[in-house]
Amino acid sequence: MRKILQPILAVVLGLTLGLGVTWIAGESPWHVLRILGRGAFGSSYDFGMTLFYATPLIFTGLSVAVAFHAGLFNIGAEGQLTLGALAAAAVGALWPGLPAPLAPVLAGVAAIVAGTCWGAIPGWLRARRGSHEVINTIMLNFVAAGLASYVALYLLKNPDSQNPETRPMGAGYLIHQFGFFGGAPVSAALPLAVGTAFLIWMLLWKTALGFEIRAVGQSESAARVAGIDTGKIRILAMAIAGGLAGLVGIGEVLGNAGKFRLGFSPDYGFLGIAVALLGRNQPLGVVAAALLFGALHKGTADLDMETEHVTRELSLVLQALIILSVSAEGLWSWMKKRGQT
Amino acid sequence: MMMQIFASTLRVSTPLIFAALGGMFSERAGVVNIALEGIMLIGAFGAAVGTLVTHSPWLGAGCGIGAGVMLAAIYGLFVIRLRANQIVAGMAINMLAMGLTPFLCKTLYDVTGSTPAVPISERFQSAPLYLSWGLVLVCWFWMKYTPAGLWVSFAGEHPEALDAAGVRVNRVRWAAVLLSGVLAGMGGASLSIFLSSSFSRNMTAGRGFIALAALIFGKWKPVPTAIACLLFGFTEAVQIRLQGVILWGTEPIPVQFIQILPYIVTVLVLAGFVGHSRAPKALGEPFRRG
Repeated sequence: MRKILQPILAVVLGLTLGLGVTWIAGESPWHVLRILGRGAFGSSYDFGMTLFYATPLIFTGLSVAVAFHAGLFNIGAEGQLTLGALAAAAVGALWPGLPAPLAPVLAGVAAIVAGTCWGAIPGWLRARRGSHEVINTIMLNFVAAGLASYVALYLLKNPDSQNPETRPMGAGYLIHQFGFFGGAPVSAALPLAVGTAFLIWMLLWKTALGFEIRAVGQSESAARVAGIDTGKIRILAMAIAGGLAGLVGIGEVLGNAGKFRLGFSPDYGFLGIAVALLGRNQPLGVVAAALLFGALHKGTADLDMETEHVTRELSLVLQALIILSVSAEGLWSWMKKRGQT
Repeated sequence: MMMQIFASTLRVSTPLIFAALGGMFSERAGVVNIALEGIMLIGAFGAAVGTLVTHSPWLGAGCGIGAGVMLAAIYGLFVIRLRANQIVAGMAINMLAMGLTPFLCKTLYDVTGSTPAVPISERFQSAPLYLSWGLVLVCWFWMKYTPAGLWVSFAGEHPEALDAAGVRVNRVRWAAVLLSGVLAGMGGASLSIFLSSSFSRNMTAGRGFIALAALIFGKWKPVPTAIACLLFGFTEAVQIRLQGVILWGTEPIPVQFIQILPYIVTVLVLAGFVGHSRAPKALGEPFRRG
């Protein structure tokens, strides 16, 4: 019960604090809340955009969650998804003529492989060299951003555009977009994300590998005594986490832009940490939390125009306050103690 | 050209040195400080606003420091008092700063992009540069030769021993986190009213993380950390100088490779391939008295 109640209370607390901030700024919280609701769910297009933003967050949330079950902190989803998207776009730019069923599959595999490799590096460094994955993944995010910028500005530069982006891929690469969202780019990546969440649930709770991952996360020394190769499990967990983040490339490149656009991600990787935390690292929870954060991201988009003082960055404030609320262990154990007496 | 790069290296390293020294206090005391980025950002904003109001860079920097300390206090409340996970809370603090600054900017100046420009006569000319190097020496002396410096080290290495000696571990950690707010706030101030002419949205652009990398690169010690900041500053300066410069062939030099070099070196150092760097033993662990 506490498992479900705590995130919900944290969301309520975070939203209340955030709307309190808008109230101090001189904007009626009720008015802001109505704009948020309408912006996120008001029309089929709005709802479609909410789903479009939620899709990458499902992937990055799962990525952080899998690493977390192995006792690792994947701050590197941002770099992994950047290289995943870049790899998918590179395949499409290099072989634009490939036909439909083969092309998206090949680009998708490229995205997964790129993310997996980029995730495995900090996993290997932690397992074999003992250096902490938090710093390594932050560093690798910068490296990935630099590599992506080099490829988008030099190697595969789009000659027809002033924007920093790669050459467009062939038409055969684009995946199906659903028609009933009024033009919002909701593609087959969404069912792929939900299906992946189910597969990750199967992996973590129904397979031997999943058991080993969770065992390493709960107690590395106990897992080692039980004969588990903890180093191998950690590398594998980070590789899987990287592959999951790499999947973001499918929705963005194959389902939306048709190319790699530098800076396309509004920090999906970092938001994935929040999504995993709020979803308590459970795949179903991750999907729910990703929907909430997608709705916040879309809902706040209209605030610049429709209010006097509030800006769309309110979504960051709200998300930050929700994360802080859910992470305050001391607060929750204090409430639990009060509840018992 | 070499002289220009050298001068510009010194200048662009200044915010990094402040922030990295701030990170040093917090991390040596056992509190991971991923929040440096957000503290710098709000410090940069506070300093720009303060200078526009008071017309004095020193008072402005004071406002930046105040803003930094306030954010650091929120961070301390969550990670020390409420035992939140330090990495999660740190990321949240960064998001809070990224969200609050454009919001406050709109409230105060009715634009979200940046504050109005601070006139050049009201900006810092070179004071933060000298101040930062002065502080490096002060911090070196402090950590090495004063009891307070020893407390900080013990709070991060053996908090139980410090507690047994009758010093409250969490008080030391509070002081260290607030001090990191002062220093990272000043780092932000030197970004907005020393290196540039106004606050602009997200102007730290990862410098808080770079300061953290410099800190690790410098093995959590003041002088090596400052030198690491110079190295990172050098790559930034070179990158600015070489932007669009054509040395051979027809294409400009891809500055991205110079840009990513320090991050790769940091990873290699951490992995023990180049030298060795060890974190404080109790880094990241909340302390509860037995």
